[in-house]
Amino acid sequence: MSGGVDSAVAAARAAEMGYDVTGIHLALSRNPKSYRTGSRGCCTIEDAGDARRAADVIGIPFYVWDMSDRFHEDVVEDFMSEYAEGRTPNPCLRCNEKIKFAAVLERAVALGFDAVATGHYAQLVTGDDGLIQMHRAVDMGKDQSYVLGVLTQDQLGRSLFPLGDSRKEDVRREADRRGLSVANKPDSHDICFISDGDTAGWLREKLGVGSGEIVDHATGDVLGTHEGSFGFTIGQRKGLRIGRPAEDGKPRYVLDIEPVSGTVTVGPREELTVDHITAFRPRWCGTVPAEPLEGTVQLRAHGEEHRATVTVRGEDVVIELHDPAQGIAPGQAAVVYDGTRVVGSATITTALRRQPA
Amino acid sequence: MNQPTTTNGAPAHRVYLDHAATTPMRPEAVAAMTAQLSAAGNPSSLHASGRAARRVVEESREAIARAINARPGEVVFTSGGTESDNLAVKGLYWARLEADPRRTRILSTTVEHHAVLDTLHWLEERGADVELLPVNRCGRLRLEALREAVERDPASVALVTVMWANNEVGTVQPIREVVEIAHAHGIPVHTDAVQAIGQVPVDFAAVDVDALTLTAHKVGGPFGVGALVLGREIELTPLLHGGGQERDVRSGTLDAPAIAGFAAAVELSVTRQPEHAARVAALRDDLLRRVSEQVPDAVLNGDKDCSVTNRLPGNAHIQFPGCEGDSLLMLLDARGIECSTGSACSAGVPQASHVLLAMGADEVAARSALRFSLGHTTTQADVDALVEVIGPVVERARAAGIASGFGIRPPGPAAAVKVG
Repeated sequence: MSGGVDSAVAAARAAEMGYDVTGIHLALSRNPKSYRTGSRGCCTIEDAGDARRAADVIGIPFYVWDMSDRFHEDVVEDFMSEYAEGRTPNPCLRCNEKIKFAAVLERAVALGFDAVATGHYAQLVTGDDGLIQMHRAVDMGKDQSYVLGVLTQDQLGRSLFPLGDSRKEDVRREADRRGLSVANKPDSHDICFISDGDTAGWLREKLGVGSGEIVDHATGDVLGTHEGSFGFTIGQRKGLRIGRPAEDGKPRYVLDIEPVSGTVTVGPREELTVDHITAFRPRWCGTVPAEPLEGTVQLRAHGEEHRATVTVRGEDVVIELHDPAQGIAPGQAAVVYDGTRVVGSATITTALRRQPA
Repeated sequence: MNQPTTTNGAPAHRVYLDHAATTPMRPEAVAAMTAQLSAAGNPSSLHASGRAARRVVEESREAIARAINARPGEVVFTSGGTESDNLAVKGLYWARLEADPRRTRILSTTVEHHAVLDTLHWLEERGADVELLPVNRCGRLRLEALREAVERDPASVALVTVMWANNEVGTVQPIREVVEIAHAHGIPVHTDAVQAIGQVPVDFAAVDVDALTLTAHKVGGPFGVGALVLGREIELTPLLHGGGQERDVRSGTLDAPAIAGFAAAVELSVTRQPEHAARVAALRDDLLRRVSEQVPDAVLNGDKDCSVTNRLPGNAHIQFPGCEGDSLLMLLDARGIECSTGSACSAGVPQASHVLLAMGADEVAARSALRFSLGHTTTQADVDALVEVIGPVVERARAAGIASGFGIRPPGPAAAVKVG
């Protein structure tokens, strides 16, 4: 129970379904602020209070679990080291993989609980083969199956997502009806541990400046310098301080980031398009696809679906996009879908153009 | 769960073993308070209704003074223990400093309640020179450290504040000796006695302390009212200014009904103290013995010598190696048994107890403890209920501790507090 409306309604629904529910607020921040200021950031003391009040209204016990050390090790440090390597990580997937459905779940099971329920928008059904399947939520605008694409069958077997069949507006109305005062609280977005939303600034503070040169992809000419390649991401157009415009007058985009030298390579938009993606460290929600799978992939949070052929070779996954896509950043997750069913996910290592333009 | 539940999912029959946090209101206190609730009169008013309310306040003041061997004029009513501690520490410090600017030092201990500790930190941020004196492994103040700190430069000490009995591990402090050392140099002494009243004999005049905090809800009175017992000659800077009540020391309309409840509770607690202490000490000793049988490696913190003179009679503070205190608390809560981890909570996140750390426990040990505190309503059945479930609860908490990697070393004698 984060103190937000989704987890509050999810807890209420779980209790109504007949489960013996205990509300847990995760204290993930080492230095929690007292009050929420707007929709960025999470887990302030005020949030904990909101969660506690929701638990009171629902009529369930409530405790706070301090996971701040594990969270720092598994999520925050991973986030920093990925950026330091020139990649663009997604910490929410890491948090689900390592904290919410791992550390929390392990402790819960050891204490005698059976499952973790959250306010994530995703649906779980049991297939004809007896395996649990995760599908996209009914509300496609709120669907969070992407960030849950890291869950294995064991983890899915101990998960509950009571909101998967609902639309967000209905959830807010329900919160209101149930007397949960968080009904009108704004949703939090962006990264929960960067409360002012300034990821680049946060990275500069943690990783140092890491300045370097900005070079042209074709000629290798140095076009400018930057103070901090951390925070640049593939496909980025804004924030490049290049003195002179390109010869053809078109905008330039970040094509590559080399972390050791700090060299950022830029070029025109066409160079961003890719159709051949490799990924590693896959996590499968059910069985591992044996044959090449004709399905879709989602390559970033809130990204579009791309039709693709997905081939699995052990710990490596090759994704051939049927139509080229742009701005695919190594470090992000590629989540594979078969219709609305989440097949699994893997971390993007390379993204190339194979087919000629 | 098959048991009938109340709201918040708890089993309906609760076994309450957290009397140090608060204790049920005594029926006599409820009656005394209720009798006054419908009366309309401000004790400061001059007319008959005011005088009637005033009389209730003054009779209560006399009853409380009698119970602790103080003079009625020495009893200043406040909103409770925290206010009394703030008033004493800030008020004495500022008054003493104003009288002599050399008096910038405050001497206290590492095991004080947060109402004293946080006040000291706040004053420190504003220029006070705070020295927190060490305690021994039993949690008792090392008198030699106090003596040295005072004698190093007595003219610079504004005050000494040492609690009468510790709320977490129940250790009783050597207040008489503290007063002797301080008074030899004319330094005033404050003591937070909220846990001591009604548990051990508290004699304000005999001990000769200058200021003493007590609060109603720890002795079976209502929340929201307490007192600072203050020697008449003691100069103190007030926190609250206004109507000049309580001889200008603490302005604010007096809560006559609550004060009536307070007095009834104090009277009863003190009168019944000897039998109460013997009764709960016996229950507490039974609890310790039988919990030890169920959990052989459980460790008793605080003073191993459980006689009343050294330890609060109802206090049982136990460390369970390999277990996180908050897991134990949650598992017991689910079974209807209510106790405390004894540590301060910030937004409900458990912190390692500063008291245990001050006594020499490591972080892991300091997070593995539970405090059971028995009170005037505790029965043998309560102890039996705890003993019945503690074994399985500890096993589960231990499994959860292992699952979350709690404590890097495996549990064993090395992780336990060695009580010496």
